[in-house]
Amino acid sequence: MALAAAVPGGALLLASPLQAALRLLELLPSTAFWRAVGNSSARIFGGFLMACALGTLLAALAAGRPWLQDLLAPPVAAVKAAPVASFIILALVWLDAESLSRFISALMVFPPVYLNVLAGLRETDPKLLELARVYRIPLGRRIWGIYAPQALPYFRSASSLALGLCWKAGTAAEVIGLPPGTIGERLYTAKIYLQTPDLFAWTAVILALAAVFERLFLAAVDGLMGKAGP
Amino acid sequence: MEIYVEGLCKSYGGRPVLTGLTAVFRPGITCIAAPSGTGKTTLLRLLLGLERPDAGTIRGADCRWGAVFQEDRLLENLPAAGNLRFALGEVPGEAGKLLARLGLELGDARPVREWSGGMKRRLALARALLAPGEALALDEPFTGLDGENRKRCLELIRERGEGKPVLLATHDLAGLEGAPVVRLVGR
Repeated sequence: MALAAAVPGGALLLASPLQAALRLLELLPSTAFWRAVGNSSARIFGGFLMACALGTLLAALAAGRPWLQDLLAPPVAAVKAAPVASFIILALVWLDAESLSRFISALMVFPPVYLNVLAGLRETDPKLLELARVYRIPLGRRIWGIYAPQALPYFRSASSLALGLCWKAGTAAEVIGLPPGTIGERLYTAKIYLQTPDLFAWTAVILALAAVFERLFLAAVDGLMGKAGP
Repeated sequence: MEIYVEGLCKSYGGRPVLTGLTAVFRPGITCIAAPSGTGKTTLLRLLLGLERPDAGTIRGADCRWGAVFQEDRLLENLPAAGNLRFALGEVPGEAGKLLARLGLELGDARPVREWSGGMKRRLALARALLAPGEALALDEPFTGLDGENRKRCLELIRERGEGKPVLLATHDLAGLEGAPVVRLVGR
């Protein structure tokens, strides 16, 4: 990157790390920067949380119901395999630009969360479930004592993977949908005006946000894993 | 309270395990004695409602049970108190004394995965004895216990099982002289 930037005229096509860093320092104090970060984070992370809730709920419902697993398998496989751009364009027909990144982020997160939690629940020890039945252990305690310790490690690895995915797909959706005051809009503007330092600065912001959210979320899951059990 | 079974049949994959068993289980210990693989565990599972018989009827078993299974079935990451809380909803007031009589400590903070096999077995038995059940189903509760521990466990089973049917599946009847015995012979 630094070498390419050193070629005459190269800085236009590829900014140097120093230029990107300086641009980032310029952006940091501005309100517009933090508004874009806040808007994108709320939508993308909101979509992530929605998908986690829905994926976990459907996995819990499907765990003991093979017919529901069969019913969900084709749409889950389609979401996993189809290009994210296809979904973004299709979703633009139905949704406004503000909801797009939330929806696309949720769509990318749902399959790994659903499939991993389902795999975890399938591994639940049937002998402990028999114990719970004989001792008439209520559902809440069964969830906390048997299902949660079993499913949480699977949920953790799925959410670690999904957090990266949701930021990639979410910002791609913003670049296409152009909701005002978002990171995606800033990336698009940078591309239009060939502002490569802006492009790299915003990319660094996305990477940092993805890393911070992943750290915080996984710490929360680890805390829950430590507490799971009666 | 009495539990009746009449003409009980159960087979697995065409192999008959129980064929027409009829018995009455009255309050007090009833031993279910049989060589391995001849239906002791199957009978207890049927009484606990974990399996359905192929034929025959069971009456009086639809009650709360305290049970020791073939395996300990403990939550290995939890200490003794956590295991009792999980199964019973709380740690009963008498748990400390009962565990002490079995040579265990309620305050032992180690997860039970760090315990010996004999300690886990005694905790599984303590859990069954502390359960607010009207009957006890104990499947080989003395597995892995030495003579002294076996004696202590048997004493407690007699005490805590007073007035309720106690079905004790075992291949070793030592110390159980005088208790009625259902002998399963297998086929």
